[in-house]
Amino acid sequence: MFGLLFSLKSFTAKLDPINGDNAGQAGKGCSFHSFKTNTYKLSYFETAAGVKFVLVTDPRMGDLREALRNIYSNIYVEYVSKNPIYTPGQPFRCELFESTLDAYVKSL
Amino acid sequence: MKAALRPGDAAFANVEKVNAELFTLTYGAVVRQLLTDHEDVDDVNKQLDSMGYNIGIRLIDEFLAKSNSAKCADFRETADVIAKVGFKMFLGVSPTVANWSPDGKECSLLMDDNPLVDFVELPDTCQGLSYCSILCGVLRGALEMISMRTEVRIVKDMLKGDDVYEIRMRLIETVPEELPYKDDE
Repeated sequence: MFGLLFSLKSFTAKLDPINGDNAGQAGKGCSFHSFKTNTYKLSYFETAAGVKFVLVTDPRMGDLREALRNIYSNIYVEYVSKNPIYTPGQPFRCELFESTLDAYVKSL
Repeated sequence: MKAALRPGDAAFANVEKVNAELFTLTYGAVVRQLLTDHEDVDDVNKQLDSMGYNIGIRLIDEFLAKSNSAKCADFRETADVIAKVGFKMFLGVSPTVANWSPDGKECSLLMDDNPLVDFVELPDTCQGLSYCSILCGVLRGALEMISMRTEVRIVKDMLKGDDVYEIRMRLIETVPEELPYKDDE
């Protein structure tokens, strides 16, 4: 899945008519945020620190970028980043994180 | 300059505050305990730096989330954002960025006021102690998570008689994102 997202990201950055020359640099160039098929919609958010958030939902959902930002700042930062047992870069399982995330996503 | 000052204050207003004295005293207790555990002052410096590094790699996520800052285009902008928004948000002080090297890869953060060292005096037995090395570690860890490898050290320390705190940051290299290499058929 990483390959798919990474290729989509570089593809959209290179196609950008305004910033196409700066595709490789951070801070300039665009990044894709969602794609839709007839059965699902995939929304994507990447932080400057490299953490990527992917949300797969019903295609009728509206723009989920704000929701993803909220998940990042209120749920991920609070329950994962601040968790002393967690080392960045490793896969993690954290029940509090999962339950808060569940509750939040159900409310969308 | 103005554009960064406002987000700094806004971010500062948004964060939960903790009592400054509690913070200072807790940090002092940590350093004292480290001094008791390790006989050698250099060891303590290294410990503080690695503690700071562990804090930095997590702090960067909180910083990015709470300050809503966009990706910085280069090291200059990064240093500005660190000084105006980052330090303001977490320590409540705004250091000035100065002493840029000609290639733009090294700079200094100058602070008159440092909440970590309120009420602190270094005794004669610990003159080699770099009391604020934790800050260097935090900066190094945070920058490493946004793919900038840096070297951060304290150049001037008010506890040792200088008139200002100076932290020198040097960008070693910008590491592009590593891809987990997948073998395609």
